[in-house]
Amino acid sequence: MHELSIAHQLVELAVENADRMGLRRVTALHVRVGALSGVVQEALRFAYDIAAAGTAVEGARLIIEDVPVVIYCPACRAERSLPAPVPARCPVCGTPSGDVRAGRELELYALEGEADEEGNR
Amino acid sequence: MTMTPRIVEIRQNVLKKNDLLARELRERFRTAGVYVVNLVSAPGAGKTTALTELMRRLAGAGWRVAAVVGDLATDNDAERLRASGAAVRQITTGTVCHLEAEMVARAIEGWDLGSLDFLFIENVGNLVCPASYDLGENERAVLFSVTEGEDKPEKYPTLINSADLAVVTKIDLAEAVGFDRRRFQEAVERVRPGIEVLEISARTGAGLDRWLERLLAGRAAARVR
Ligand SMILES: Nc1nc2c(ncn2[C@@H]2O[C@H](COP(=O)(O)OP(=O)(O)OP(=O)(O)O)[C@@H](O)[C@H]2O)c(=O)[nH]1
Ligand SMILES: [Mg+2]
Ligand SMILES: [Zn+2]
Repeated sequence: MHELSIAHQLVELAVENADRMGLRRVTALHVRVGALSGVVQEALRFAYDIAAAGTAVEGARLIIEDVPVVIYCPACRAERSLPAPVPARCPVCGTPSGDVRAGRELELYALEGEADEEGNR
Repeated sequence: MTMTPRIVEIRQNVLKKNDLLARELRERFRTAGVYVVNLVSAPGAGKTTALTELMRRLAGAGWRVAAVVGDLATDNDAERLRASGAAVRQITTGTVCHLEAEMVARAIEGWDLGSLDFLFIENVGNLVCPASYDLGENERAVLFSVTEGEDKPEKYPTLINSADLAVVTKIDLAEAVGFDRRRFQEAVERVRPGIEVLEISARTGAGLDRWLERLLAGRAAARVR
């Protein structure tokens, strides 16, 4: 269970960036979580509430976007999105591929909040 | 003052700090010419035993080797690794169930990396958390012991997906526990097609020569790059 440590880093990153972007109040964090990121969403949600408590992002919603695994299929010569990380095979032609193009990310994608009218960017 | 709702794009890796530090470490390792291997596995899969034998053989052949080893509480593994003759440092992680780049950076402080050919990092026994933390290594080896069952790789796709080599350990026990090689191989292929699978026994020495060969080839290739 390393989601608590990850949640603390997420909150720290959000607070830093909110400040940099001139957001006075943060209402939501948009996070992209890859199917191969090793992060369990339920655990992250739970840990987030704990990590956010008492910080500038306390009360902000955590909006998680699932990122599926994308492999490059050498037979189709195309990137293919997988319904699940296993099996790592092209869903169209069945060719196995270990060439992972997406699905490992764990990213703070965007912040929602309120800024002063002039928006001091 | 009136407040307006805004949405701003950030697009930053949550583990940015670790990644940046890992990148610095990788650059330091490259400049020093030391080849770095991160060993990950479930608790008890045989990392310390295999590493002791690998380092003994490397040191015997004249290579300069060192290791850092992560453990939640004890320094037993560091003691065991020292039997190989290599320099070993312990990282006690306390409650943290994986190694982070910052812990490795602190552990190697004061070491002259330029005087080393190989540096091994034994991660904390854990098949989940170490996957997310880059330590600046050249390659990551994931170990599975024959006693863990053939479908283990499929249960932990994230870790094996972050690895460059899969090692089956304790192969001397394969018959006793009815380990089905083909099923294991198929499971690995379903999760991470194309990854090399090595079978070893630190007890009998089986497969260690192939691993050494791979390490030497890896080091030679990294120096050309
Ligand atoms: N029969 C047999 N036993 C082995 C072999 N390698 C390791 N063992 C035994 O497996 C047990 C665990 O081995 P370790 O090397 O301590 O495993 P580890 O992965 O370092 O364990 P942690 O650091 O606690 O995660 C010990 O009792 C070893 O003697 C092997 O090749 N054959
Ligand atoms: Mg050990
Ligand atoms: Zn295809």
